[in-house]
Amino acid sequence: MTDRASARRSEEAARAAAAEVRLRASGVCKSFTLHAQGVTLPVLRDAAVTARRGACVALTGASGAGKSTLLRLLYGNYRIDRGRVAVRHGDGWIDLATAEPHEVLEARRLSLGYVSQFLRVIPRVPALSIVAEPMIAAGSAPEAAEARAAELLSRLRIPERLWPLSPLTFSGGEQQRVNIARGLAHSYPLLLLDEPTASLDAANRETALDLIEAAKARGAALVGIFHDAGARERLADETVDVAAFAA
Amino acid sequence: MIGPPLLRLDALGKRYGRHLGCADVSLTLRQGEVLALVGESGSGKSTLLACAAGRLAPSDGRVLRRAPAPDAPEDPRHDAPPLWSDVYADLTEPERRRLLREEWAFVHQDPRDGLRMAVSAGGNIGEPMMAVGARRYQAIRAEAERWLRRVEIPADRLDDRPSGFSGGMRQRLQIARALASRPRVVFMDEPTGGLDVSVQARLLDLIKRLVSEFGLTVALVTHDLAVARLLAHRIAVMRRGRIVESGLTDQVLDDPQDPYSQLLVSSALQL
Repeated sequence: MTDRASARRSEEAARAAAAEVRLRASGVCKSFTLHAQGVTLPVLRDAAVTARRGACVALTGASGAGKSTLLRLLYGNYRIDRGRVAVRHGDGWIDLATAEPHEVLEARRLSLGYVSQFLRVIPRVPALSIVAEPMIAAGSAPEAAEARAAELLSRLRIPERLWPLSPLTFSGGEQQRVNIARGLAHSYPLLLLDEPTASLDAANRETALDLIEAAKARGAALVGIFHDAGARERLADETVDVAAFAA
Repeated sequence: MIGPPLLRLDALGKRYGRHLGCADVSLTLRQGEVLALVGESGSGKSTLLACAAGRLAPSDGRVLRRAPAPDAPEDPRHDAPPLWSDVYADLTEPERRRLLREEWAFVHQDPRDGLRMAVSAGGNIGEPMMAVGARRYQAIRAEAERWLRRVEIPADRLDDRPSGFSGGMRQRLQIARALASRPRVVFMDEPTGGLDVSVQARLLDLIKRLVSEFGLTVALVTHDLAVARLLAHRIAVMRRGRIVESGLTDQVLDDPQDPYSQLLVSSALQL
């Protein structure tokens, strides 16, 4: 192989690796200023995370290290004081640190999913619609979205008689499963997971892990917090210790 | 999906004699976007809304509205209407009235301010349709029935007057009346204020569905942060007539930066 050919190969390899990147956060700093108390609490300094197609990064560190704060920064839920959170969106990138609100919403609509522990919905809206909504927002036909929502709810053992009801009337575990179904319904290229298996029984935990693995297998990049050590071992390809970014 | 800007407030201010309504407000509202103006009573949010809605002439600044057909390329002919025009300074009075009748709509907190109480439900919905050119009685009646169903009022109430309706039903009728002329922008002043909690939930669900079904652009005044959380894409926090913070709804509510926003968010019961 000539030098030029090998240089071109390595260039191609580098470009291919770069194309795999779905999230690149770097130099992220965050502190909270509580005006009423007159204090500023530094939480993160120069945090960095890179997530690639089909791979899972687990954020680790003791309670209070800033794992949840970092995950919320990666979603644009907390304001980024300094640094970059670049999210792959179509052929380009959106930096959540500097993007306009409508750009962040557009990234969340198509490219960036979030499975949280808490469900925030309008009372009265049926569970089935809540799960179907992100798919419809991303452009699916309502019938296809509802069919997929029904499939996810049955796999997560939500009885069909509950589908037309608001999940606000459900138990904590049932709400968590509706959340997982909603978060995993659309095929986001990048998924953030905040303790997706917390408060699930053994059978549903298994189903949730299967669904997350399926998302990974179809090429989603994952970043998650997993207190459940078994879940972390099964899903994570890499761990990032958030304590290293302590401010 | 959120589109290009439709409405721009530029250094807007309103004084009532020596009393300040609002001051130095600059905001952009995009197509398909729901913006909530939040703050305590007396913070100037209703004054700002009325100015932005073309119903109250400001003392300072401009309310700029983008001409319809936003996708059309800019017309090189010199007699083409300008892309942006000031609703108060550039439009004639009849043009401004037509804008308020055909392109923009307003939903009041008290349905009695937005409805004709002595006219039937069907008449309340049909009237704005006639104002934008509908003429055939049967078609108007059929469309009014469709609107009643859409806002969950039994179709057999079409000929009843709203004076016999419950508070929640009146508010839903007001929304149907506001939307029947197919406006592009809807201004809402505390649309769920003064209603029972269960009635409020139903109305929130309804507004949310209509906003996405018709791709409405909405500026909404509310003192209830939970309402803003569920409906709005973006929040502007007002205090003493000024916007102290604005941004993505979940960002402002979960990570407020301004001292007053922090106080407001931490005082709310549950978010």
